[in-house]
Amino acid sequence: MLTIRNLHASIEGEKILKGINLEIKPGEVHAIMGPNGSGKSTLASVLAGRSDYKVTEGSVTYLGKNLLELSPEKRAGEGLFLAFQYPVEIAGLTTTNFIKTAVNEIRKYHGKEPLDAVQFLRLMKEKMALMNIDQSLLSRSLNEGFSGGEKKRNEIFQMAMLEPKLAILDETDSGLDIDAIRIVANGVNKFRNKDNAVLLITHYQRLLDYVIPDFVHVLYNGRIVRSGTKELALELEERGYDFIKNEVNEEQEA
Amino acid sequence: MNTIENITERFQQLQSTNPGGLLKQLEQDAFNDFSKMGIPTAKHEEWKYTRIGSLFNQEYLFTPDRPKSSFSGKELDAVRLPGYEQANELVFVNGMYSSSLSTIRSAELVVLSLEHASENEYRDIVLTHLGNSSKYVKDGIHALNTAFVHGGIFVHVKNSKVTEHPVYIYYITDARSVNILSQPRNLVHISEHAQVQLVETYATIGAAESFTNQVMEIIVEKNASVEYYKIQNDADHTNQVSTTHFRQVGKSYIHAVTISLNGRIVRNNLNIAMEAERCEAHLYGLYFLNGYSHIDNHTVVDNIKPNCLSNELYKGIIDDSATAVFNGKIFVQPNAQKTNAYQSNKNILLSDMASVNTKPQLEIFADDVKCSHGCTVGRLDEEGLFYLRSRGINEKIARSLLVHAFAVDILEHIKPEVLRNYVDQLISERLEFDIA
Repeated sequence: MLTIRNLHASIEGEKILKGINLEIKPGEVHAIMGPNGSGKSTLASVLAGRSDYKVTEGSVTYLGKNLLELSPEKRAGEGLFLAFQYPVEIAGLTTTNFIKTAVNEIRKYHGKEPLDAVQFLRLMKEKMALMNIDQSLLSRSLNEGFSGGEKKRNEIFQMAMLEPKLAILDETDSGLDIDAIRIVANGVNKFRNKDNAVLLITHYQRLLDYVIPDFVHVLYNGRIVRSGTKELALELEERGYDFIKNEVNEEQEA
Repeated sequence: MNTIENITERFQQLQSTNPGGLLKQLEQDAFNDFSKMGIPTAKHEEWKYTRIGSLFNQEYLFTPDRPKSSFSGKELDAVRLPGYEQANELVFVNGMYSSSLSTIRSAELVVLSLEHASENEYRDIVLTHLGNSSKYVKDGIHALNTAFVHGGIFVHVKNSKVTEHPVYIYYITDARSVNILSQPRNLVHISEHAQVQLVETYATIGAAESFTNQVMEIIVEKNASVEYYKIQNDADHTNQVSTTHFRQVGKSYIHAVTISLNGRIVRNNLNIAMEAERCEAHLYGLYFLNGYSHIDNHTVVDNIKPNCLSNELYKGIIDDSATAVFNGKIFVQPNAQKTNAYQSNKNILLSDMASVNTKPQLEIFADDVKCSHGCTVGRLDEEGLFYLRSRGINEKIARSLLVHAFAVDILEHIKPEVLRNYVDQLISERLEFDIA
């Protein structure tokens, strides 16, 4: 589904990603962990198409297409979804109108008729129950005045509404209490199936207690330095990131 | 002959046949002011960014000439605002009130010519209040309107009645055959306990020069409440200077919304004189300009008595080569302790050629007050744009959604739903997107 080869990216001249290699197949859940500043969010941003990041080397193939050539909206049309670490507040645009526009724009991208009001409402009700989201939240301005937990739930709700093929969750667990993490994890678990894939970007192992990853990768200094299964996450939780940093630094010196 | 010479000649002709009456002295004084001050230039502090001198380089037919118009009821249908079926409609054509095109539905609404009103039971009201705005707008263009005041009308909203039907005022310019300078003039008196919705709009037909120089003075008595909406979406080539002057002579409530969407040069003066204790005024404005439009909003809130509250929010969206001006003054006079006065102006520039000059001003002569003001000029939020695009919304629609979202907190202050939807529709059309 997604093949990242030797990806290098920088922002304002500063090199952040220094040769990422990653392969994600349908049905898989990958977790990317790593200390602050390792490049986790940069990777998410580059995949979603944020324009202030410049790809200087490497390739990203998504469903057989050169992902890096596509505009952010086309990436979304092709089924890529990024749950933002910091969802943007937009006063004056209701969450419902936002999601309705998004759903219908993506349908249009696939040459499908837009959902009418009734169809949309039915879909929304179904997904609202899933995410434990209240109607009153959706009639408010997008993310404006939402609590941290509400914002993250709203991201996962959008994911449920848009039904992407590849969902990238950028630190969706950060700042959430344990109940909110459960709700978010529950949403992700209901979403995952054999045809889609999830890339979880997280700082802590906590979320992985609820969403069991098939693969865990450690990102450090712009590269994936370790890959393994969920046991790797547990090891990181126990020993901290320092042991990885030390190992990597020793390898480089050797 | 240029316009100024033409105006002078017409004024003298008119005065020689004017039988006198109470308005004659007011007109003569105003004309002297006009002669002294002339058309405001960029040297005039209040006209620094809005140039209207060139508008006087051509000849116009204007109000006292009663330029003939074949403008018909059928043509009025094309410019009527939604909700008109329930509204009182006052129609001006080329600056002159047309009783045949107008519809008065409310028994509590009296409409008279200023000349008649100044000779009957309303004499004292007219004499006390007509021309008061001249204290706040000291320039030749305002004086020019007053110099021909006797063509204007007097609107009286009777005591203790709720006017169920809004008052729609249409200023029509029929520029199909000649250049027209329209100078409508109204004095509106809102009696104690009365409630009224006033809605003004402007429409030009024809491609000749259209210049409207309009003044409306509104007197708000004790316990009266006014909603006032000005909707400007006239043709590209039209010009106007439009002054709305409120006097709150008793504890009263004003809710004013100014929506400016088109016109070549549009200058609005909105003055609120809070002459009684515990007055409240809310001023909202939205200007959304494209092409070569120039829209200038000057507002004054004058706190004269203690314990008044004013809240002002103007928002601007400026595209293409359009230019906007915002100048908001708040005066707090020495007696006006416990004043609460807030003002904010926010602008978004959508193109590199667009510009805005914004100037909030506070002049405070009392010490126990709460006042704030501020202004911002920026671009569409890139983060917001990326967020929307990352959800599959193409860039153009994403921009439209963000621009519309910016306008929403002004739109929601248009209380009548039909008008709110109408303005929303105009904005959506401008954005070429139908908001879901």
